[in-house]
Amino acid sequence: MINWRAYSQLLLARSRELSREPEVVFWVFFFPVLLAVALGIAFRNKPPDKVDVAVVEHPNAARVVRALNAAPPLAAEVIGTEDAARQFRLGKVALVVYPGQVYSYRYDPNRPDSMLALSLADAALQKAAGRADPIRIHEQAVTEPGARYIDFLIPGLLGLNLMSGGMWGMGFALVDMRVKKLLKRLVATPMRRSDFLLALVSSRLILMLVEVILLLLVGRLIFKMVIQGSLGSIIVVSAAGSLSFAGIGLLCASRAQKIETISGLMNLVMLPMFVLSGIFFSADRFPAAMQPFIRILPLTALNDALRSVILEGASLEAQALRLLILTTWGAVSFLLALRLFRWVN
Amino acid sequence: MSVAVRCAGLHKRYDNKVDAVRGLDLEVEQGECFGLLGPNGAGKTTTIEIIEGLLSATAGEVEVFGKRWGRDDDELRELLGICLQETRLSEKLKVRETLELFASFYRRPADPARVMREVELTEKAEAWVGKLSGGQRQRLAVACSLVGDPRLLFLDEPTTGLDPQSRRQLWDIVRKFKRQGGTVLLTTHYMDEAERLCDRVAIIDHGRIIALGTPRELIHSLGAEHIVEFTLADPAAFPDLGGDGLAAVPTVLSVRQEDGLYALTVGEPHRALPALFDWLEGRGIELARLSTRHASLEDVFVKLTGRHLRDE
Repeated sequence: MINWRAYSQLLLARSRELSREPEVVFWVFFFPVLLAVALGIAFRNKPPDKVDVAVVEHPNAARVVRALNAAPPLAAEVIGTEDAARQFRLGKVALVVYPGQVYSYRYDPNRPDSMLALSLADAALQKAAGRADPIRIHEQAVTEPGARYIDFLIPGLLGLNLMSGGMWGMGFALVDMRVKKLLKRLVATPMRRSDFLLALVSSRLILMLVEVILLLLVGRLIFKMVIQGSLGSIIVVSAAGSLSFAGIGLLCASRAQKIETISGLMNLVMLPMFVLSGIFFSADRFPAAMQPFIRILPLTALNDALRSVILEGASLEAQALRLLILTTWGAVSFLLALRLFRWVN
Repeated sequence: MSVAVRCAGLHKRYDNKVDAVRGLDLEVEQGECFGLLGPNGAGKTTTIEIIEGLLSATAGEVEVFGKRWGRDDDELRELLGICLQETRLSEKLKVRETLELFASFYRRPADPARVMREVELTEKAEAWVGKLSGGQRQRLAVACSLVGDPRLLFLDEPTTGLDPQSRRQLWDIVRKFKRQGGTVLLTTHYMDEAERLCDRVAIIDHGRIIALGTPRELIHSLGAEHIVEFTLADPAAFPDLGGDGLAAVPTVLSVRQEDGLYALTVGEPHRALPALFDWLEGRGIELARLSTRHASLEDVFVKLTGRHLRDE
């Protein structure tokens, strides 16, 4: 049974507190948007930089330079022999071409730009000298929407935000109330503890809605991101993640007596997921031996489900396993927390 | 008169093996203001929190309005107003919002606007709690307990750290609550608070009640109601006057000397003072200062324990 009058007052009080706390407004709303915009700009897809090639002085040098410059992104220039060697050593040019009876290329097989320059320069020079290609080629240059870094990043940031929101909104908030003896004061009234927790969780879910919509809008409007999945599915996945982390936050807060303790505990929980769970780069980069462990982390499950729904338009049924992982984390933490939680000191 | 609180053989041992309360019996009658007076660490807060149902006793029984914790919690919570020693209410809520929040927990709350008037916070209704002064915060804390329309109000050190005017304002609120038929149980280490506010006082030391009665009865138990205090002009010349000589002065009941301050418990100052002056003059002793005052609960505590309330 819920005492709706108490529940709505508790939810109202929590919402008022949060909206009057400038730090909360910043971390919840501005920080993820700023991060998305900054990273989106830094890692935007752009045409490849020009690749500099040095052509050593020779009667034919001008012709060579013309042929190379006709093959973008190569940018060739005539330079003296010693100068060319020095610029190659410093990495300023990717390739040095020595025209002559026998053309000679100086390149570095360990530098991708050097290898690219070698193959492009050679093809351009051979073609200019009259080589005919035996196979006819039809080129198709395509950039798929959803394959850009920002498309990968936005669902990851959403997952990160739901994790830290749940942990701070439950864990930190509850310990703060315990330190201030507000928890003790509240249980000295007829207030039902379930109403109180329900109001706290409800406030998390409301914030979750705002966070999801805000980040998707940023992705859509600023980065022209294509959102494949339905808003309903995205919200269901986000809610599962939010509740899961609310449960973990509650568990962390169940005994901590000091702000320092809960901060440390939350960092201990969040840091591994921050690194492993595929926020900024894919979790697939870690060795296969680690994958089973990484896959059962709640943030990995959340990020994978969000990417799958947002970027591929996958159905909720296809996310069953990931949703099960999230629910299990949430439910186990919540039940444990109810046994351990200290209301009075 | 019926009983509001009854404790028998209350005992509390904390996890760290400290015995905070050791065998405490107590009865608070309905409609009275009952004070637990004692120095810090005497076990006052532990006792009141056990009665409030926030701590469990290691041994002993507690009944509040004939009901017991663990069985009638829901009913009891509706009847009690609790003001903890130090609660920091949410700073980002307004006074009115805070009271409406607390009112929502009760089946039959008082009108928050009326409670605000009673504690004189109506002007601050729309102010954030974080902007209130210490006295206003404490009045709000009491208002949060009153907004449930309780029959029994608990106040743990209600005026610690407040300025004199705020203390008097708080005392007025407590008196008003009592006039309307409420019962109050408070703890304090201020003897003036206990004397002015409480109908009955239990003096607590080391987890036990060492004296119980009305403030007047307790002071009467000293045998005399006046204290004559003096210091000597040249204490080095007379390190100790010797209690026996002074005790022979008419109506002097007891003599106490502490850091050069002599305190005589005196029945009739108009007879004792001339004799005291003669006695001092006969020995060529000059006074630096002399004053007389009424005996207080502090004197009772000192007589019982040899220590002061504020020592620890």
